[in-house]
Amino acid sequence: MVFLIALFALALTAPVVAPFAPTTQNVNNTLAEPSLQHLLGTDDLGRDVFSRLIHGAPTTLYASFLAVCVACVLGIPVGLLAGFLGGWVDDAISRVIDTLLSFPAIVLAIGVTGALGIGLTNGMISVGIVFSPQLARLVRAQTLVVKQELYVDAARCFGASLWRIILRHIMPNAIQPVIVQITLLLAVALLAEASLSFLGLGVQPPQPSWGAMLARAYNYMEIAPEQMYAPGLAIMFTALAFNTLGEALRVALDPTAKRR
Amino acid sequence: MTAPILAARDLRIRFPTQDGQETVKAVDGVSFDVEAGETFGVIGESGSGKSTLGRAAVCLLRPTSGEVLHRGGNPYLLPSKALRQQRRDYQIIFQDPNAALNPRMRIVDSIREPLDILGAGSRAQRTAQAMAMLEMVGLRAEFGARYPHELSGGQKQRVNIARVLTVRPKLVVCDEVVAALDVSIRADILNLFASLQGEFGLTYLFITHDIGVVSHVSSRIAVMYLGRFMELGPAETITHRPLHPYSVALLSAEPTPLPSAMRTGKRIVLQGEIPSPTAPPSGCRFRTRCPVARDACAETEPEWREVSTGHFIACHFPGSLAAH
Repeated sequence: MVFLIALFALALTAPVVAPFAPTTQNVNNTLAEPSLQHLLGTDDLGRDVFSRLIHGAPTTLYASFLAVCVACVLGIPVGLLAGFLGGWVDDAISRVIDTLLSFPAIVLAIGVTGALGIGLTNGMISVGIVFSPQLARLVRAQTLVVKQELYVDAARCFGASLWRIILRHIMPNAIQPVIVQITLLLAVALLAEASLSFLGLGVQPPQPSWGAMLARAYNYMEIAPEQMYAPGLAIMFTALAFNTLGEALRVALDPTAKRR
Repeated sequence: MTAPILAARDLRIRFPTQDGQETVKAVDGVSFDVEAGETFGVIGESGSGKSTLGRAAVCLLRPTSGEVLHRGGNPYLLPSKALRQQRRDYQIIFQDPNAALNPRMRIVDSIREPLDILGAGSRAQRTAQAMAMLEMVGLRAEFGARYPHELSGGQKQRVNIARVLTVRPKLVVCDEVVAALDVSIRADILNLFASLQGEFGLTYLFITHDIGVVSHVSSRIAVMYLGRFMELGPAETITHRPLHPYSVALLSAEPTPLPSAMRTGKRIVLQGEIPSPTAPPSGCRFRTRCPVARDACAETEPEWREVSTGHFIACHFPGSLAAH
């Protein structure tokens, strides 16, 4: 939690905190080892890795949040409707979900990016679209379980409307594993951003992002393996922090887990 | 005469089985009237279709054929908005007090919800009403802020009762309301039901497998077996002078607080399990387990006839099995 707050603060204040501009090159000092001047060394074009890492944070966070938001906006309502209404609506939606899930994610993302146009925002929207069937399927399964509950019947008996039942009774009780899944997706989205940037479909050089940095460092793995540590560890710790956040949220939202 | 508050006309409810090959005839041709102010008891074994009947009575299950009538009108013919309005008068309390409460809502929010749906008064007024109802069912105000898992079964059932009463229903279906509770709490809850009946002018459809409970609270009792009524009559008649062999057997299974040597009646133990409701036996559906079944029982289904005023029975040879 503290880590995430620090990360967000860093992301917001990137231009102030970073010691160098992320795109300043110094071709006389490439692939340098960490030093006092360059805390994490320099990359193949002599750019300060530490500065690029900090400047990459907002881009990277923006990218993964965008993707997950798109996935939620598409996936959750679709899953709720399919699960709750059942019948042919469910059949139709489930077939579409199965079809989307049968494509390898990255291929689908490339296809959607191709259709929307290249760029970080479009790239992450397409990642979000690729994630949405996963969420939809999970939400649908949860909804199917929750809608059998007696309190849903009780609410129907009081004349509750469809929306009231979905929003007040189904959603809160179905959402728990979805929140955990969302935090996992945030982590996966970080990596997807890296993949898309690696393929040149995401962040366009010279703008920094952790994925792009990792991809670039990969090219110099044999000469300067330490280049990969900084962005790699940043991605890892952020993903870990998201997961911890998810677990904390799950506990906070569950009244039965509270101790009084 | 005014229309009965609740009536069923040749009500049938079927479900497809898991594999979709057969249909379960949960309720298979039931007709009855419930008059305002009475307690209509329905008894039967597990799987006899009593709960299905109760759910159909409050429009949670749509009849496959036949109809449920609310004050003489078929609720399914009403426009959906009017149906939602009318539902308020017909409420149900379930067997499992825990599952009937949303685990993520505080008690006071659960009780207030029906009022929120009505949208009457301000939120503060509705909360006050909910709290008043909480007291009415014998719970302290502090329970309002708690979550369902912090309450005992009996307390939760009181909450369910309070929630139902907020909408001032006319009829309440009590579906095995005490079955999940400790014996020590049952009497409390049953007494609560009795006192609320007078206070709110309620009509109960009381569903249970416990003869002791049903004879204690009901004015009339229907005995259900495999989706059909076997016998229906005043509580007094059914408990003391039952005519249908199934009723006789059910009543003899009720434990009596006497040493075995002093018991007058003998216990009639029915052989085997209740047959599958996918294919009920031919003729009288009870014949496979009836100790006095004859050939005729397999051939024709016994008619539903009135043997004395208000006492109905479906049996070819009523009174042929005696417990004494």
